[in-house]
Amino acid sequence: MKRSALNLAGLLVAAFAVFPVVWMVATSFKTTPEIFSGGPVPFPRHPTLAHYRAILSGDLIPGVSFLDFFRNSVVVAFCTVVISGVIALLAATAVSRFRFRLRTTFLVLLLVVQMIPLEALVIPLFLMIQRLGLYDTLGSLVLTYVGFSLPFAVWMLRGFVAAVPVELEEAAAIDGASRLQIYRRILFPLVAPGLVATSIFSFIVAWNELIFALTFLNDQSRYTLPVAMTFFFGRDDTAWGPVMAASTLLTLPVLIFFLIVQRRMVGGLSAGALKG
Amino acid sequence: MSTDTRVVPDVTPERPAPPARSWSRGPGRLPYLLMLPCLLVITALLLWPLGQIVVMSLYDLDSVRQVRGQREWPWAGLANYREILTDPFFQMVLRNTVLFALANVALTMVLGTLVGLLLHRLGKRMAAFVGGCVLLAWATPALTGTITWKWIFDDTNGLVTWLFNALPDGLSAALFGRSDWTGYGWFNAPLSFFSILTLVIVWHSFPFIAVSVLAGLKSLPSELLEAARVDGAGPWRSFWSITFPLLRPVFGILVVLSTIWDFKVFTQQYVLAGGTQDRPTFMLSIYSYATAFSPPPKYGLGAAIAVVLTVILLIVTGVYVRTLLKQEEL
Repeated sequence: MKRSALNLAGLLVAAFAVFPVVWMVATSFKTTPEIFSGGPVPFPRHPTLAHYRAILSGDLIPGVSFLDFFRNSVVVAFCTVVISGVIALLAATAVSRFRFRLRTTFLVLLLVVQMIPLEALVIPLFLMIQRLGLYDTLGSLVLTYVGFSLPFAVWMLRGFVAAVPVELEEAAAIDGASRLQIYRRILFPLVAPGLVATSIFSFIVAWNELIFALTFLNDQSRYTLPVAMTFFFGRDDTAWGPVMAASTLLTLPVLIFFLIVQRRMVGGLSAGALKG
Repeated sequence: MSTDTRVVPDVTPERPAPPARSWSRGPGRLPYLLMLPCLLVITALLLWPLGQIVVMSLYDLDSVRQVRGQREWPWAGLANYREILTDPFFQMVLRNTVLFALANVALTMVLGTLVGLLLHRLGKRMAAFVGGCVLLAWATPALTGTITWKWIFDDTNGLVTWLFNALPDGLSAALFGRSDWTGYGWFNAPLSFFSILTLVIVWHSFPFIAVSVLAGLKSLPSELLEAARVDGAGPWRSFWSITFPLLRPVFGILVVLSTIWDFKVFTQQYVLAGGTQDRPTFMLSIYSYATAFSPPPKYGLGAAIAVVLTVILLIVTGVYVRTLLKQEEL
C-alpha cells in the first residue's frame, strides 16, 4: 500500500480514538451559548472557566462542591494504593524469592481470581459490608478495592522483585544485616519503581470504580467522584458544560498516570503471551 | 475489572528469573507468612463472596434486614433458578448479552488487529502519534468516555443530531424517513441503543487489542514476512499464512479476555441508559444488579442471575487459564 494511504488511515484512526476526549475537554471550556448554539463549534472561541467554577464553587447545585467528591475519591484511592501496595510487596517477595510447595497454586489462584466477574460480587459484598457495619463509609470502598487490585498488583510486582539480584541481598546478609534491614535498605529501594507502576494501576481501579461506590454509599457527602457524576448529571442531561468540566477533572489524573505506565503494560503482555 | 481499566493479567516487565537461592537457605515458614495477608484478602473479598452468591441464590432474600442478619433467610431451593429460567424476559436478556458480546468481540478484534497491523507499517513518527492517540482512548475511564459519547448523541445539541440535521432534507427523508432530528431519542429504541453501546465499547477496547497485536508483531522475525513478500504474497495472504499462525496464542488470549469483558459490561450501559430503568436493553450484569437493588429488592433472585453470568465467565476463564498454562511455566 502507498505510504500516503497508510498515513491517511492512521490519521483517521487517531481522530476516531481521540475525538471524544478532545470533544469533552473542548466542551468544558466553551461558553454556554456556544454549547447550545445548535451548531457545533470545534474549539471554544471564548474559552471560559465558568463551568469549572460552577462545579467547584457549589453555585450549580446548592451546597454541593465537587471538591468534596474529589477529596473522597483521593482518600479512597490513596488508602487503596498504600494498603494494596504493602500487601502485594510481601506476597510478591514470597513468590519470586522462595520456592515453596504452594507457590504454583498461589500463582494460578492469582490468575483465576482476576477473571471473577466483580460485578457479580456486588450482592454478597453488600451483605458483607452491611454485616461489618461499614455501609455508607469510605472504608467499605477501600476494603473492596484492595481486594480487586491486589491479584493484579502481586502479579505485576513479582517480576520487579525477581529482577533485583539475589546476590545483593546475600552480600548484605553476610555483612550481618537482618532480614528487616535487607528488606528496607536493599529490596525496597530497588523495587520502588515497580511499586510506583503497580500503585498507578491500583489507583486507576479505585479512582474509576462506579458500581460498588454506587451501592455502598448513601450519604451525599461521602460520594466519590464517579457516583457524584452519575447522581447529579444522570437525570438531567442539559447542563453539558459542567458535566464535561467534571468529566475532564475526573479523566485528567488517569490519563497522566496511564501514559506513565503504558509501556510496561504493552511490553508485559507480549512477554507473557509470547515467550515459553 | 469492575472499572474496565483494561488491565492485562499478565504483565511482567521481564520474565521473572526462576526463584534463585535465597538468603535463607531453607525457606521455612517465611514465604507463607509473606503470602498470608494477600491470601486472606483474596479469600475474604473474592473467593468467599463468590461462594456467597451461590448460597444467596438458594434463598428468598428480599429485605435489607435479612442481609444484615437480623431476620432469618427462608430457604428457596432452586426456586430462583426456576423463576428466571422459565421467564421469557430472562431469555431475552440472555440472548441480548450473548449477541452483544459476540458482535463486540468480533468488531473489536477486527478493528484492533487492523490498527495493530497499520501501526506496524507506519513510519516511526506517525506510528508514535497514532499510537499516542489510541492510548488516550484506552486510558479514558469508562465512565467519562461514555458520558462524552452521550453528549455527542444528545437529542438537541449533540454533534450527531446536528450532523443529521445538516443533511439535505430530501436525502434525509428518503433514507431515514425524517428530516428533523432535533429531539430524536437515540437511546430509545433497543437497536439504536445497542449500536451506540457497541460504538462506545469498541472505541474503548480496540486500543488494547491494537497495542497487543503490535507488540506481538514486533516480536516476529521480520525475515519471514520479507521472504513472503519476495515470493509475491500480498498482505492478505501473508497475514493468514504467516502472521496469524505465529501469533495464534496472542489472538487466543485476546479473544478470551475480550469475551470476558464484553459479557459483563456495566458502567457504559448504566450511563447510556441513565440508570437501571430501561428494561428492554438489559443485559445479564445490569439485570442482576437491577433485580437485587431496585425496589423492591430481590437479592436472592439477583444472585441467581449473577451465578448464571459467573458460570458463563468461568467457562471462558477455564479456557483462558489452560491456554496460559500451556504457554508459560509460572
